[in-house]
Amino acid sequence: MAEIIESSGSGKKEGGRRVPKKMGAHIDMTPMVDLMCLLITFFMLTTAFSKPKVMEITMPEKDTQVDEKNAPKVAADRTYSILLTADDKVYWYWHGDVAEGQTFPATINKTDFSKDGLRKILLKKNEKVFTEIFELKEKVKKGELVMIDDSLNAQIKRIKKSDKKAPIILIKADEKTKYKSIVSVVDEMAICNIANYAIVDIAPEEVALIEKAPK
Amino acid sequence: MAKIKLKRAQPHVDMTPMVDLFSLLLTFFMLTASFRPQEAKVIDSPSSVSDKATPDKDVISVLVSKDDKVFFNMDNGKDTSAHFRNQLITKINDIYHLSLNEKEIKAFGQGSSFGMPLKNLKAYLSEEDAGKKEAMQVGIPMDTVGTQYPELEIWVAYARELNPTAEVAINGDAEANYKTVKKVMDVMQSKNVNKFNLVTNLQKEEATLDDLK
Repeated sequence: MAEIIESSGSGKKEGGRRVPKKMGAHIDMTPMVDLMCLLITFFMLTTAFSKPKVMEITMPEKDTQVDEKNAPKVAADRTYSILLTADDKVYWYWHGDVAEGQTFPATINKTDFSKDGLRKILLKKNEKVFTEIFELKEKVKKGELVMIDDSLNAQIKRIKKSDKKAPIILIKADEKTKYKSIVSVVDEMAICNIANYAIVDIAPEEVALIEKAPK
Repeated sequence: MAKIKLKRAQPHVDMTPMVDLFSLLLTFFMLTASFRPQEAKVIDSPSSVSDKATPDKDVISVLVSKDDKVFFNMDNGKDTSAHFRNQLITKINDIYHLSLNEKEIKAFGQGSSFGMPLKNLKAYLSEEDAGKKEAMQVGIPMDTVGTQYPELEIWVAYARELNPTAEVAINGDAEANYKTVKKVMDVMQSKNVNKFNLVTNLQKEEATLDDLK
């Protein structure tokens, strides 16, 4: 397809000798350009630029051996339940609010996924750990403290574990919850540096509480 | 008056710089290309702050689409000569008498995520038409969980047996129901998988001390 276009009229005769005229060979590049355009388009469309990321989550092991007696005990005054339902609605309650002898509170609080909603509540509960980690990160950012990523992460982990009063969050979702909500809540745990959380089954009493709660 | 003769000349555009640029772009795209895998359904993942990259080998992944259909996928492993997919389908074929032929087993080995009742697998693998093939992807029937032939459990169990080091990734659509995802997780937990990788899109977000006030 590619052809060499030569201007007409070959060399002039000069003193009987044929001197070839100096000229650049013009190659028709159109087909090549066409092909390149096609290839570029193909690669642009099939390339996945942002590789998907993953969020790791470890679920509590399903142990059939556990009964009432040796079920893990958690301190009520540091345990909070987050209840999720349809339309991104979030409710929460503090286990310390539950009356003596009862398992569930009388009412639950409503919040949302905004910055001033759930985030603020969680940050307040986890203030000590969060401030400590935040200051550490700031120091590294400003260069006051030189640390490689691995040891920084180890240090953060240590801070998370060190606070014996840090909140324990139980995430409970009812049947109508969208997957997005669960991911958002777990994400919120990562943002607020909360170390102890678990996704657990919702109790029928809690479903009833959600229904009774202000819309 | 003399007429001005317009010179008839073919305009010659110098395409060299353009071609140069194109070559560069082409080289760039060719080198950075990591192909988007062909999935059974388009999944719109929710976003999170996690920046851990998805493992690309040794993964058993379960897709949950917007309409709560469940699809299963497994890769051939780090050492692709292991052909886990071929081994998996051969095993399932023997046990559940799917009467697949060589060609269908090969087709499965080269495929990606799939989701249909076991009994329709043969028809799916022998179908040539891409449109019909897609229509057959109706999802792994989740109502079989807890029955004699819990299909997702079968796939997970044999996949885990073949590749015990494989991680489990759940690729759920943001609008999928948690109920379905939970069911998938329960199936996984019954097969002793307690660690999940939830596939998400990275969206940077950070809390500062001001948020405390």
